[in-house]
Amino acid sequence: MSDATRELLQNLNALAAGLFLLTAFGIVATRQARGCLQLFIAQSLLLAASAALLGLRFDSGHLYGVALVNLVSKPIIVPWLLRKVAPAELYTRREIDQALNIPITLLIALALTVGAYFLGVPLANAVGPGYHGPNVPIGIAGLLLGALTLTVRREAMPLLIGLLAMENGAFLAGVSIARDLPMLVELAIATDGLIIVFIVGVLVRAVDKQVGTTAVGELASLREGPARRSGPGADS
Amino acid sequence: MSERIFYNLLQVVVVMAFAPLVSGVLSRLKEMVQSKRGPSIFQPYRDLWKLFHKDEIVSEDSSWIFRFTPYVVFVTPIFVVLLIPVLTSYPLFFAFMGDMLGAGFVLALGGFFAAIAAVDTANPYGAVGASRTRMVGFLAEPVFMIVFFTVSFVAGSTIPYIVQQKWVTPLANFFAPSHVLLVLAFLMLILAEGGRIPVDNPSGHFELAMIDESKSLEYSGRGFALVKWGGQMKFFVLLCVFLNVLVTPWGLAANQSLGAVLLAVPLVLLKIFCFVLVLVVIESSLSKLRLFRIAEFLGAAFITAVAAMIAQVFLG
Repeated sequence: MSDATRELLQNLNALAAGLFLLTAFGIVATRQARGCLQLFIAQSLLLAASAALLGLRFDSGHLYGVALVNLVSKPIIVPWLLRKVAPAELYTRREIDQALNIPITLLIALALTVGAYFLGVPLANAVGPGYHGPNVPIGIAGLLLGALTLTVRREAMPLLIGLLAMENGAFLAGVSIARDLPMLVELAIATDGLIIVFIVGVLVRAVDKQVGTTAVGELASLREGPARRSGPGADS
Repeated sequence: MSERIFYNLLQVVVVMAFAPLVSGVLSRLKEMVQSKRGPSIFQPYRDLWKLFHKDEIVSEDSSWIFRFTPYVVFVTPIFVVLLIPVLTSYPLFFAFMGDMLGAGFVLALGGFFAAIAAVDTANPYGAVGASRTRMVGFLAEPVFMIVFFTVSFVAGSTIPYIVQQKWVTPLANFFAPSHVLLVLAFLMLILAEGGRIPVDNPSGHFELAMIDESKSLEYSGRGFALVKWGGQMKFFVLLCVFLNVLVTPWGLAANQSLGAVLLAVPLVLLKIFCFVLVLVVIESSLSKLRLFRIAEFLGAAFITAVAAMIAQVFLG
C-alpha cells in the first residue's frame, strides 16, 4: 500500500469520524423522534464505514467483521424492531419542552466535546503509539453526547436513541484501539443492543398505553387510578 | 504588471456582467422544478435596464445616507472581486490589499449601509427588515469567524490564494474532516447571507415575512437598480469564494496568457451552474423557517464550523 493511499484512507476515516461527531450533535438537538432515528441510522453507517476503512488501512479482516455486524444490526434491525414493537405515532411526536433549550444544550455539548479531547488523547497514547486517528477522542465525545441526550431529552424514543448513540461512541473509540477483539464479543454486544431496543420498545408501548404519553421526563410521581391522557396533543 | 491590472479589471467586468445571469438561471430553474415555465434567464438584465431608465423618487425626510447607500452596496462587491480569485489561481495586482477577513469586512460594510438606509426612510417595513437582517447577520458573524479561524488554522493563512492550494495538495486533503465540515458550514452561511430559502424567501412579496428584500422597498429607479445589481454581485462573490477557494479550486487560469484567463470564464460559470443546481434542490425541498428557528439553523452552522476545528485538533 502506497503512502498516498494510506493517507487517503486515514483522511476518509477521519472524515467519517468528523461526520459521526456531527450526527451526535444532531441527536442531542433534533426535536422530532423520526429525525433522531434517521440521524442514528446515519451515525451507525458512519461507524461501519470507519471500521471498514480502518480494516482496509491495517489489513485486518476482523474489522471488516465489525463493520458488517454494525451494518446489519443498527441501520436495519433496530428500526425494524422499533417499528414492530413501539407504537407508530411515536415517530411523529415532537418534543415541545426539553429540559434545556437547544442553544444551551449545544453549548454544553461543545464543552463536552472539548473535554473529550483531554480524556481521549492520553487514553490513545496509553494504549499504544501506533495510530493517532481522531477515533478515540471523537468516540468518547460520542459517548458523552449520548449521555447528554439521556439527560436533556424527555421523550422515550430519543432517550433510547441516546443510549444507542453512547454504544456507537464506545464502538468508534474501540475499533481504533482494540483491533483484534474476538468476534464473539462484537456479536454479543450487538445482540445485547438489540435486546435493549426490544425491551425498551415494549416498555414504551406499555407506558404509552397506560399513561397516554411517552414524555417520560414528566413521569416523576406515582398516581393511582384510571389512565389519564396528558401531555402534548392530549385534550386535558 | 500591466496585464495583471488588466486581468484584475477583467474579473470585475466578468462579475458585473454575469451576476444577473446567475440569479436569472436560478429563478428559472426553480420555476421549472415547480412545473412552471418561469421568466427568461435574461429577465434580470431587462429589469436592470428598465430600472435605469425610470425616474427615481426619494423621500424628502430621508438623509444623505439613503442617497449614498446604493453606491456603497454596488461598489463593495467590486472591491472584494479585486481581492479574491475569480478567474486566476495566482494573485492579481490588487490582491495584496486584503485577505478573506478583509473581504468579509468590506462586504459587511455594504450590509451595514443597507440596514441603516432602510431605517432612514421611516418606512416601518424597512426597519423591521433591517432589524431582522441584523439578527441573521449577528448570528452568522461568529460562524464566519470560526470558519476563518479554522481555515487559517489548517492552511496557516487567510490569503485565499494559499488556502485554495492547501485543500488539493495532496488530493487526500480534500477529504480531511475539517475541509468537508467547513464546506458544510459555509454552505449554510451562503444560504443565510444570500437570503435563500431555509432562512428567507427571495421570491416572496409579503412584506411582513420579508427579511432581505424589505431593505430595498423604498428604492426606485436607478437607486433600486444599483441595490439589486449589488445584491446579485454579492451573491456571485460569495459563490466565488465558496467554489474557487473552499470547494473546487480547479478550472482557474494558472498562467498569465490571455487565452487561459478567457478559458477560465466558462469553466467558472460551469462550476457556478453546478452549484446553482444544488441550490435549486435545497430551495425546492425545504420550507422557510420560522423567524426564531433561524437561530437554530445558524446554531447548527456554528456547531458544524466548530466541529471542523475540533476534528482538526483531534487529528493531531
